[in-house]
Amino acid sequence: MSNFNRRQFIKTSSAIAAAGAVPFPMLNIRTAGAQANTVKVGILHSLTGTIAIAEKSVVDAEQLAIEEINKAGGVMGQKIEAVVEDGASDWPTFAEKARKLIEKDKVASVFGCYTSASRKAVLPVFEKSKGLLYYPTYYEGLEQSPNIMYTAQEASQSVIAAMEWLMKNKGKTFYMIGSDYIWPRTTIKIAKAVLAKGGGKLVGEDYYPLGHIEFSSVINKIKGAKPDVILNCVVGGSNVAFFKQLTAAGITGKNQTLLSLAVSEEEVSGIGADNTADTLTCMGYFQSLKNGANDKFVKAFKAKYGAGRVVGDTLECGYIGVYLWKMAAEKAKSFDVEKVVAASSNLEIDAPEGKVKFHASNHHLWKHARIGTFQADGQVNMIYESPLIEPNPFPKL
Amino acid sequence: MSETVSVPVASGASSRRGNWWGVASFGLLAALMLVVFPLAMDVFRLGLAAKYLCLGFCAVGIVLIWGYGGILSLGQGVFFGLGSYMMAMFLKLEAAANADSSSGTALSAFFGQEGLPDFMSWNSVEKLPWWWEPFHHVWFTVAAILVIPPLLAFVLSYANFRKRVGGVYFSIVTLALSAIMAIVIIGQQGYTGGVNGITDFKTFLGHDLDNDRSKVTMYMITAGLLLLCVAIGAFILRSRLGRVLVAIRDREDRVRFSGYDPALFKAFIFAVAALFSSIGGAMFTIQVGLASPSLVGIVPSVEMVIYAAVGGRLSLVGAVYGALIVGWAKTFFSENFVEYWPYFIGLLFVVVVMFLPTGLAGLLDRLRGRAAGGGA
Amino acid sequence: MNFDLMAMQAFTGLSLFTILTLMALGLAIVFGLMGVINMAHGELMAMGAYTTYFTAMFFAKFLPGLFGIYFLVGIVLAFCVTFAFGWALERGLIRFLYKRPLDTMLATWGLSLILQQLFRQFINAKEVEVPTVSWLQGAWAVTEGIALPLSRIFIIALAVVTAATVYLFLYRTRWGLRIRAVTQNRPMAGAAGINTERVDAFTFALGCGLAGIAGSSFTMLASTGPTTGQAYIVDTFIVVVFGGVESLLGTIASAFMIGQMQSWFEYTMSGSMARASILLLVIVVLYFRPNGLFASKVRRA
Repeated sequence: MSNFNRRQFIKTSSAIAAAGAVPFPMLNIRTAGAQANTVKVGILHSLTGTIAIAEKSVVDAEQLAIEEINKAGGVMGQKIEAVVEDGASDWPTFAEKARKLIEKDKVASVFGCYTSASRKAVLPVFEKSKGLLYYPTYYEGLEQSPNIMYTAQEASQSVIAAMEWLMKNKGKTFYMIGSDYIWPRTTIKIAKAVLAKGGGKLVGEDYYPLGHIEFSSVINKIKGAKPDVILNCVVGGSNVAFFKQLTAAGITGKNQTLLSLAVSEEEVSGIGADNTADTLTCMGYFQSLKNGANDKFVKAFKAKYGAGRVVGDTLECGYIGVYLWKMAAEKAKSFDVEKVVAASSNLEIDAPEGKVKFHASNHHLWKHARIGTFQADGQVNMIYESPLIEPNPFPKL
Repeated sequence: MSETVSVPVASGASSRRGNWWGVASFGLLAALMLVVFPLAMDVFRLGLAAKYLCLGFCAVGIVLIWGYGGILSLGQGVFFGLGSYMMAMFLKLEAAANADSSSGTALSAFFGQEGLPDFMSWNSVEKLPWWWEPFHHVWFTVAAILVIPPLLAFVLSYANFRKRVGGVYFSIVTLALSAIMAIVIIGQQGYTGGVNGITDFKTFLGHDLDNDRSKVTMYMITAGLLLLCVAIGAFILRSRLGRVLVAIRDREDRVRFSGYDPALFKAFIFAVAALFSSIGGAMFTIQVGLASPSLVGIVPSVEMVIYAAVGGRLSLVGAVYGALIVGWAKTFFSENFVEYWPYFIGLLFVVVVMFLPTGLAGLLDRLRGRAAGGGA
Repeated sequence: MNFDLMAMQAFTGLSLFTILTLMALGLAIVFGLMGVINMAHGELMAMGAYTTYFTAMFFAKFLPGLFGIYFLVGIVLAFCVTFAFGWALERGLIRFLYKRPLDTMLATWGLSLILQQLFRQFINAKEVEVPTVSWLQGAWAVTEGIALPLSRIFIIALAVVTAATVYLFLYRTRWGLRIRAVTQNRPMAGAAGINTERVDAFTFALGCGLAGIAGSSFTMLASTGPTTGQAYIVDTFIVVVFGGVESLLGTIASAFMIGQMQSWFEYTMSGSMARASILLLVIVVLYFRPNGLFASKVRRA
């Protein structure tokens, strides 16, 4: 935060604060959630329904961070009290619970949402009620809300790096497959633009409904097309089916380059490490990263939830979200949403994924794109690490 | 698969008492919705009540088609979704037209071409599709919400009923319909918003949708419309049409031999139910602020049937209570027992079906019958 | 499209056919013969899958030498567990609802919510990994270009064996005779001295057990998690209804048709559109054959 000057502060805060932004936000002090000795925050994820598979462990990571912060004395001397709500994998329910957290519980901040759809559903609520959301999932970009802090990579921060690396090292013909919704479609759109620029060739592109479990036809198509690289943007439980059926059909990481953009160590525990071995993945964080902050995080997580648990990208982003909020609040010396947001500009954190920092104005983090190979134990062996990439949620294609 | 719950359609001596009871329960519901709720609840809770009531529209329709028509539709979500999406298209176009002035998200204004909904520009749809165009006009939108779903329902169901697709087969047809609609909406995301649905509206005809006053107003409008639908339903059931309908439910072949065309009656009532659902969907979108494919598919369609079952499949008023009770139960349990609420909801369904086959309304009727000395 | 691909695509169709058959057999009995709309059928499949998972854990821990056969044991156990559960379910809930088939749908929907949450809380909120035994991994390379996944070949064999057993059971054994007697004419069957209640429980449990077998074998192809059942339930119902509710043979024929449609549609168009087209075709066919493809000529009261 060294290069944070007053002019910039005014510029950002007035750009950020919606109607009626005051250059000196101190004037509209709100005692959001600030009670006697605790400060309330909300955790809003799907604990039931189809997406709970992915979201429940994010809650674990966020609660770990809260517990750690409380043990270390809380935020400005106040203990964090978490109100957990269940979005039930249903977008209108997400909107309902977000409103409840902000209006009824008066939380200072909310950590939550996983799918883009849930974020889109709560976004108007956060903007109108002046709440603050820390969003932990890699997503398609194309968004920049004054009331949301995005702690994971937007599409251009992973797919561009991944595509460039693949074209340089693995080949130029691609088969792209994704689940049928906005993240895979946007990601593949960006990927295709990079591909065209680099002179590569697309030999197939397919989308399957979320939760689809039958991939034998597309596997036959892939066999017919013989691409150099399969770019896999399938998400969730479908990945289990996709990988199992690929392996059964004789396509494995050994004889085919396959890079997944939505498979982290966590998903592998459901897919089976046998089935993902030697395939590639691109993420911002791997459990196997070697640095002090990560050792501490992984150790604490396993101590709290069991040695068998693994962590992945989204968990880490959820975990640092809580810390980023704490740091911003302490820097702003307030829980006021506008002040916390303003203080987040250029805020740097020594995260398990390395030193990352918020962009000066666009609410996203500067991040590394990392490519690695899945090992037989489900962990990732990193083979490429990009320099910090500037977040650009609205890439020009 | 004919249901064997038989209901005496009000006739003769008991009709007067039935009449009185009907009017009283309707009045009670009206008082509750229009007076008690607004006084007793804060705006947030009232907004939730509005959400449940919107689903109540579907439940009232289901009472008509299922309880009295004997047709189990697992596709009410389709019509709810149609109403919801059409309203969303209107609101989104209004929001897109005022994008630069209404909020500080200058970037989305930069990104969205003039007057184009944001998700279209993300999906590189350059020009507003022609079928979006008419939804610039509020009157067209309202007319479309009131006409298109019932028309569609009528044509579709008449064709099927003519062919005597009935019972569980019709249920599966409607189930497949709702699945198709969800898949198409998700697949055509450039035009429909995909999984995300259509979100982020700002105003309705220039009125801010999010201040307390407009929320209370919208609630009152919703409650009023729902009461109107209940009244229309009751009117239909009391008319001769309603009697033919019950006759069809109980012995379709006899009605056919008597010279009626059962398909026409069934299709008509199905269209009415679709109309109710569509209105519910439109009101839902205005108040909750989004149209989502998660309200179109199979799960919500089945849940709507459950609302009707909990309230009592033979009671229009009961359906509203059913929607309110299940909605409240969901909210209450999930707020207080985050990890355990599906057990409560699941048990609720099991218990209702096991012990209250005619729902809460049936329970009341039984109690009333007992009080009156086992009469009626 | 060359010959190799065509052969593999044909195999895919065959594989889908057998998968759908396995999925639908249990429901065809529960729904077709008994008229019970069991919305928890998918969760029963998940239960079968979880049983297989626990079997795998047990073998890995206590009998690592015999790990190769765990899968066969798992399938049998899956059948036993879901059979027992089905029996209890019939006695505890379903038998009160025989006169109200649509109510069985609501009650079992509630049950499916409860089961999902039980899986989530007491087993794992995430998917669990069910290992595929080594002799079912990989593919059988028929020629240079044609490779047929062993797991799918196994499922084809399993489906054939299961379907044949069910057929023989229903038409060649005394129990089968009783089941058919009760479903065709309950009072007469009762009068002839058949314990109809026991037959009901047995029939329902048998349907559930078949769901268990299906769920168990699908662990090789797809994920095993709390909401796994949801992925199967709609397809299962569509297959059964499409074939004509009261006809086991119809169920198999409809599984064949839907399997073929799915494999070719998915090859020629995008996955989402393929799915929508299949559902549309089902609606169209039901329009022309209002009681399913193979409606039996039996007149129902």
